[in-house]
Amino acid sequence: MIFFKGENMTAGYGGADIIKNCNIQVEEGEIVVVIGPNGAGKSTVMKAMLGMLKLRDGSVKFNNDDITAMLPQDRVNLGIAFVPQTKNVFTGMTVEENLEMGAFLRRDNIQDTINQVYDLFPILREKRNQNVGELSGGQRQQVAFGRALMTKPSILMLDEPTAGVSPIVMDDLFTRIIEVGKTGVGILMVEQNAKQALGIANRGYVMVNGENRIEGSGEDLLNNPDVRKSFLGG
Amino acid sequence: MASMFLLVGFGQSWSISLSILNMCIISAIMSMGINIQWGYAGIFNVGIMGFTALGGLAAVLVSYSPVGEAWRVGGIGMIVSLFLLITTIVAVFFLNRVFRHSSYKYWIIGLTIIIGLILINLFFRPAVQAIEDVNPAVTGFLGGLGLPIIFSWIVGGLFAAGVAFVIGKITLGLRSDYLAIATLGISEIIIAVLKHEDWLSRGVKNVIGLKRPVPYEIDLQKTDWFISLISYLNSSKLGKISDSLESEKLLNQLVIEGSSIFVKLSYMILFTIVLLFILYLANKAQISPWGRMMRAIRDNETSANAMGKDVVKRHLQVFVIGSAVVGIAGAMLITQNGLFTPSSFLPLRYTFLIWVMVIVGGSGNNVGAILGGFVIWFVWIEAAPASQYLIEILTIALNDENEFKLHLIDSVPYFRYLIMGSVLLLIMRYRPKGILPEKVRHS
Amino acid sequence: MVDLINAFVVLLNYIFIPALSYGSQLALGALGVSFIYAILRFANFSHGDLMSFGAMMTILFTWLFQSYGISLGFLPTAILALPLAIIATILFSILTDRFVFRHYRIKKSTPVVLAMVSIGVMFVIQAIVRIIIGPDDRQFFDGQKFIMKAKQFKEITGLNEGLAIKSTQVITILATIVLVSLLFWFLQRTRTGKSMRAFSDNEDLALLSGINPDKVVFITWLIVGALATVAGTLYGLDKSFKPFTYLGLVLPIFASAIVGGIGSPIGAVVGGYVIAFSEIMVTYAYKKFFIYLLPQSLEPTGLVQLLSTDYKFAVSFSILVIVLLIRPSGIFKGRTL
Repeated sequence: MIFFKGENMTAGYGGADIIKNCNIQVEEGEIVVVIGPNGAGKSTVMKAMLGMLKLRDGSVKFNNDDITAMLPQDRVNLGIAFVPQTKNVFTGMTVEENLEMGAFLRRDNIQDTINQVYDLFPILREKRNQNVGELSGGQRQQVAFGRALMTKPSILMLDEPTAGVSPIVMDDLFTRIIEVGKTGVGILMVEQNAKQALGIANRGYVMVNGENRIEGSGEDLLNNPDVRKSFLGG
Repeated sequence: MASMFLLVGFGQSWSISLSILNMCIISAIMSMGINIQWGYAGIFNVGIMGFTALGGLAAVLVSYSPVGEAWRVGGIGMIVSLFLLITTIVAVFFLNRVFRHSSYKYWIIGLTIIIGLILINLFFRPAVQAIEDVNPAVTGFLGGLGLPIIFSWIVGGLFAAGVAFVIGKITLGLRSDYLAIATLGISEIIIAVLKHEDWLSRGVKNVIGLKRPVPYEIDLQKTDWFISLISYLNSSKLGKISDSLESEKLLNQLVIEGSSIFVKLSYMILFTIVLLFILYLANKAQISPWGRMMRAIRDNETSANAMGKDVVKRHLQVFVIGSAVVGIAGAMLITQNGLFTPSSFLPLRYTFLIWVMVIVGGSGNNVGAILGGFVIWFVWIEAAPASQYLIEILTIALNDENEFKLHLIDSVPYFRYLIMGSVLLLIMRYRPKGILPEKVRHS
Repeated sequence: MVDLINAFVVLLNYIFIPALSYGSQLALGALGVSFIYAILRFANFSHGDLMSFGAMMTILFTWLFQSYGISLGFLPTAILALPLAIIATILFSILTDRFVFRHYRIKKSTPVVLAMVSIGVMFVIQAIVRIIIGPDDRQFFDGQKFIMKAKQFKEITGLNEGLAIKSTQVITILATIVLVSLLFWFLQRTRTGKSMRAFSDNEDLALLSGINPDKVVFITWLIVGALATVAGTLYGLDKSFKPFTYLGLVLPIFASAIVGGIGSPIGAVVGGYVIAFSEIMVTYAYKKFFIYLLPQSLEPTGLVQLLSTDYKFAVSFSILVIVLLIRPSGIFKGRTL
């Protein structure tokens, strides 16, 4: 069983700690959602786990290896893929070129993986030779997922994948994420749209003031009165 | 620094020492102007040469006596062309407003400009021909206003400010390097105009014999009070010589030397007044709320923008002010030289050397800019003899006819560029704040 | 009818062919500037003098070959020297990057600081070139000068007007076609080329995808060094080599790159030709052309020249200003490769 886990992570910018003693774990085939109010440190948790931010305390483990000191690029090589919230595609390149760039580190034949991505996101096959800059917001997001999947990762990290898209596109994106999850990839995502996200999640974390206060299955969290009151609007 | 001048004064001559000092002061003013742009606001101006030359043009246009003959034959044509030019510009502005939403806007404006140019040429070309034919060996241009040259220091500033305003209006607000490229272009064009528009500046034929704000040596040597001053100052030396003829001869020589030093000292006083005046204003501006705002914008443009500061407008102000200071220095330079030679304006000397001064002195610090001006001008002047000396020492083992040695000696002037470029790179890398770093005031 | 053809030949001879070769030189120069801009993200003012350095290297190697009596027959020896000069220039630019530019890249300095630094580099290159080869005019063209002489053309066609084609012009245009096609093939079709486009498009994402920034920068200097050498050599072959003139090329080169859309390779090429054609068309005296076309009574008395050649700077500058006013991102919306 592959797992990816951050233990007692403490990190921040400048003087203050943005996250304190955070524990986050995601396993193969699982969809894990991190929710919380603005400024709770959700995106910081992602950066810390990817190595874009140095930990002040705690560790990050992949399977049983401690990868706390590893560079982000090397973590990508291990099979941890990341989709940033913004600027997550190469706008001046075609859809197919974006996918090729996603597989830049691979030396084997990538055509099969490209086809798998096209099967997951059929619209991309249609638009394969179009510049990504010309696509709609939802389609770009699919390109971003596809690019990240090109390394055949075991863990996919998504930073607010549905930020700034219309509700219809959001529903479609969540459906896609479930489908990606079904292929056996572990998904760790940070989300603003807590209700929908918990609806598709196996597990969820609620972050408040840089700590993960509540943890539980998606259903439990949806039914938890505290969580309902604070984040789900009653 | 002062000891350096004393050294040159005792070692070479006082006259040379004072010449270098005067150039140092002018350089210091230029470097202050650029420091206002770069140090206060982070604006990158690569057209210093052009603004300097505009100041020089002002010196000519203000001080030279009008050439009556030229005005008689070509004056009307020139005035009509100027009028047409202004009309065309006004028409373009007007059309730009009227046809703001029309898709033919650019075509209409383009056509207006072409018609305007044809009309202007109809009057301009014959007038130019007529003016340039007036006694071309001596004049062949319109001359100036015949006013005291000291006024040109202000006019030079205004000229430079005007051009800076237009350039800034177009390029500020775009990417920072576009301004650099635009200033590079405008300075090349200014020089090209000065070189080729003979009716305006006599072009490569140069304008010589500009008026001075200080007395002429020849006149001084005939003035009684000056001669008595010199004999008073040197009374001990003169007293030792008993022979009256000998003493007369020595006095004569001393008066000639003294007059040259006196003239340079007068320039020095004038220049120093300007330098201190600009330094006072620049420092005052830096600690004013305006200066604080400029720094805030420079250090974080995005947040300043978000705080509702009009970044582009502030940048335009600072760009115009800085360029005006360079223009003033340009006018002073030509005043001191007494002649205007457009072909002597080289970007290496007038743009890049000033940059070295600013960076070495300490960007953001006015006193630093002045210090940079002094140090770098001094190094620039003394680098040529120094590198010649060095090369001769290094190649002492080689025969005098050795080709390699001859080649090296031929290229002595270029070792100055090498030294200056390396100084710039080294300072930027290892001491990016310069000799005198900017004082950060928390207020 | 014959007059019409004569007029056409005049245009071809004095505008089209010179503009095509000058445009090619500008295009190659602008490509270099654009590459630096797209990958290293600053305006490299030292590019003009890097071209001069490259040309100087070609001249030195040409002299070396000539001293051994090696030549290419009717082709200039410079072509033989070019590959060696390219290697020397690339080495030089990589050293410059290693000792100068890299420091500011790591420090993440603002583009304007890097532009300032490039001015310092320009200073140093100017000094090096003048110390090594001197400030004087150098002719290094050998081989056959004309492919077609004006007189030959007149004899063949029986026209009044001659059409002269210099071999340097043909070499310039051919070299540009080959280089530009190679470059586009590299950027569009190869993995490394695509990774450079990706890097210029979105640096963070490129790093996340495992693209090695050091390699990208290295290849950039490889390309820029080669382009600068070829452009500088072609310009020197066509006109003559004078270190001073390369500083003057900086303005038209930047104008080309910005007009086309700085950072965009197609933009740089198109921009080069736009600037070259405008410069030559605006400063050409059309008197001869109109003499053929108009009846005798209407023949122009003046030169029919819009602007004297002394002001060719003004042409690139005006186009630059117009583009900045109307469409600051350039024709091809530059910024990325």
